[in-house]
Amino acid sequence: MIQLEYVLIISAIMMFAGVFGFLTRRSTLAILLSIELMLNSTDINFAVFNRMLYPEGHEGYFFALFSIAISAAESAIAIAIMINIYRMLKNISVDKLQKMKW
Amino acid sequence: MRLPACGGSVCNYNIIIMDSHNIMFIILAVFIALSSIATVVTKSIIRAATYLLFVLLGTAGLYFLMGYTFLGSVQVMVYAGGIVVLYVFSILLTSGARDVLSKNTKAKLVASALLSVTGFATFLFVLLTHQFKSIALDAPTEKIISMDHIGRFMLSTEANGYLLPFEAVSVLLLACIVGGLLIARKR
Repeated sequence: MIQLEYVLIISAIMMFAGVFGFLTRRSTLAILLSIELMLNSTDINFAVFNRMLYPEGHEGYFFALFSIAISAAESAIAIAIMINIYRMLKNISVDKLQKMKW
Repeated sequence: MRLPACGGSVCNYNIIIMDSHNIMFIILAVFIALSSIATVVTKSIIRAATYLLFVLLGTAGLYFLMGYTFLGSVQVMVYAGGIVVLYVFSILLTSGARDVLSKNTKAKLVASALLSVTGFATFLFVLLTHQFKSIALDAPTEKIISMDHIGRFMLSTEANGYLLPFEAVSVLLLACIVGGLLIARKR
């Protein structure tokens, strides 16, 4: 009765919640949280399509695995940049960031 | 769902019998949907990070439900255990807890909400009209992809091997460590 493709609806809710947060948030860290939501929903999609269409295959599975590793690296670098910006300008709100050079 | 076998002509079982994984799916679905919406509308950024943790744990539950146990444990360890802790630390370091999270004009809020809802509706339309080769959600099993196969695929150089991306990711993580230190160091 519950089909596997219903998981796609959950991931779509997550994706568009992330889009909404990305557009409305002011703090850069909150924007990063929204980006994590979107990345997570794409990981779910890879896993679901692998499980649904090719249960004996493993391509989507490994893609999701590597995607998790890459998004971990991405958020670590992004947080390092945020901390550096905070040290320079004492603020990480996107309204206050006029100059990105250092 | 397992319907009871109906013998003879009397077959008026209209009872919906839900298995435990169906119930678990519904719980996870509601949990994830509410938490992901709460992540983007809550006022405090610490709360947003906590709701994000709930979303990531729920996602790990979905992976377990699909039978992808290794992916689920990686999700718990890397995302829920690593990245969220990193976020909480950086929120406290930048004293972002006092930041104004979303001070927008009404027009921008409405436009963003409209864009998101339109995108979601489009997605839902495509999903429900497209005929996927769909399968029912069955009880979680480890037989779909075993840990043995994952290890072999990860370190094999054959046609279906992933040794090159594996090494590339390790170099990427090394570069990430060096870059993170270089950017965030004290000068």
